[in-house]
Amino acid sequence: MKNRSLVAISDYSKDDYLEIMELAAQFEKNPVQKILDGKVVATLFFEPSTRTRLSFESAVNRLGGKVLGFSDTSQTSVSKGETLKDTIKMVSCYADLIVMRHPLEGAARYASEISKVPIINAGDGANQHPTQCLLDLYSIKKTQGTLDNLKITMVGDLKYGRTVHSLLMAMSYFNPSFSFIAPEELRLPDEYKQFLKQRNIKFEEHTEMAPNINDADIIYMTRVQRERFADPLEYEKVKNVYVLRNSMLDNTKPNVKILHPLPRVNEISTDVDDNPKAYYFEQAQNAVYTRQAIICKTLQLL
Amino acid sequence: MENEKVLSVSAIENGTVIDHIPAQSLFKVISLLNLDKLADNQVTFGYNLKSKQLGMKAIIKVSEKFFEDIELDKIALVAPNAKLNIIKNYNVVEKRLVKVPEKVIGIAHCMNPKCITNHEKIPTKFTTSTTGGNIVLRCCYCDKCTDIEHAEIF
Repeated sequence: MKNRSLVAISDYSKDDYLEIMELAAQFEKNPVQKILDGKVVATLFFEPSTRTRLSFESAVNRLGGKVLGFSDTSQTSVSKGETLKDTIKMVSCYADLIVMRHPLEGAARYASEISKVPIINAGDGANQHPTQCLLDLYSIKKTQGTLDNLKITMVGDLKYGRTVHSLLMAMSYFNPSFSFIAPEELRLPDEYKQFLKQRNIKFEEHTEMAPNINDADIIYMTRVQRERFADPLEYEKVKNVYVLRNSMLDNTKPNVKILHPLPRVNEISTDVDDNPKAYYFEQAQNAVYTRQAIICKTLQLL
Repeated sequence: MENEKVLSVSAIENGTVIDHIPAQSLFKVISLLNLDKLADNQVTFGYNLKSKQLGMKAIIKVSEKFFEDIELDKIALVAPNAKLNIIKNYNVVEKRLVKVPEKVIGIAHCMNPKCITNHEKIPTKFTTSTTGGNIVLRCCYCDKCTDIEHAEIF
């Protein structure tokens, strides 16, 4: 039997993405459906998370399923030294689906190999977070009416940002063009540039935001984190360069939307929040519909 | 080179000769092929033999033992230029080179300290590729690449 787990964004094809977009739109119209009646979903959060866990649990509740799990390992056998293998083996006896976040990279792939039930990866260290990518796609589709032929401008930490890399891979099916705006230290890694070149996808690189955001359909902001810089002076130099302010949006396209995987610190000034071009809080709401879609697809319930 | 013939271990009647092993990889080859666990076969090896190609090379002769290709290809990771001679009745009946296997399972470490394989007892799994003559292992769990010098083949 084909493993139905969703561990990496590359586990899904273009058709799978489109199916999720379709299903998520249906759940947005009609979020409360008793599709998971009698089903149990385990949410195993080996490291803390607010949005991801709550939106998964909200998705399960709205579908009429029950949630069990933990959001902190200190009260579990993990703190007694139980291996991931044993935890997954045990939980897969109690639940129909496991949603897991783990600080170690590859943890979800390993879990999917030993679990009796499908695994949805809700983040494994700096590696993969495919459901975030799908909700980003849904937010793009919903605001632009299409995924095809869009100009996507990504700003901030393009080196370590896992959401940036996944979104770039997923969007590559839809003839996008990209603009990458980042400090020298946090430029997009070469392997992703090679990937884009192989697929003849146009991209440009800049170190300054204005005026390079003016032709964007989507501005995807990420956080520039102090701990990513070997030299603290370099951080001080760039920390205020990659901040989006309301005045910078004056010359941008009328259809542009600003996305951010959240949490935001200071990279989007709060005066942007009331601008109709800001979309990050709606994006967080789309998380529930998208995760409803992913859960139902994974359990093959539709 | 004349000297080498004198120093080389004696011919075998039936079995496998693995030549052109970089000298520093000899003991890794022995361990990868489990030659240290053979019960009856006579195993002889030469170490630090002078070689025009490799500087110093090693050679192993294993009597009455014929390996599966997949088993021998494992040593391509540490001895990419190894030459194999299959010996029957003192004659070389087949010669072949090793090739880098597509998948490498359970014999190398992932160099990513945050990879799950470095925290739980899991046999590692890699897909291989060759860039600029160097073998690169991509972890099937964390997706990070490990070059052969850091792979700590065991």
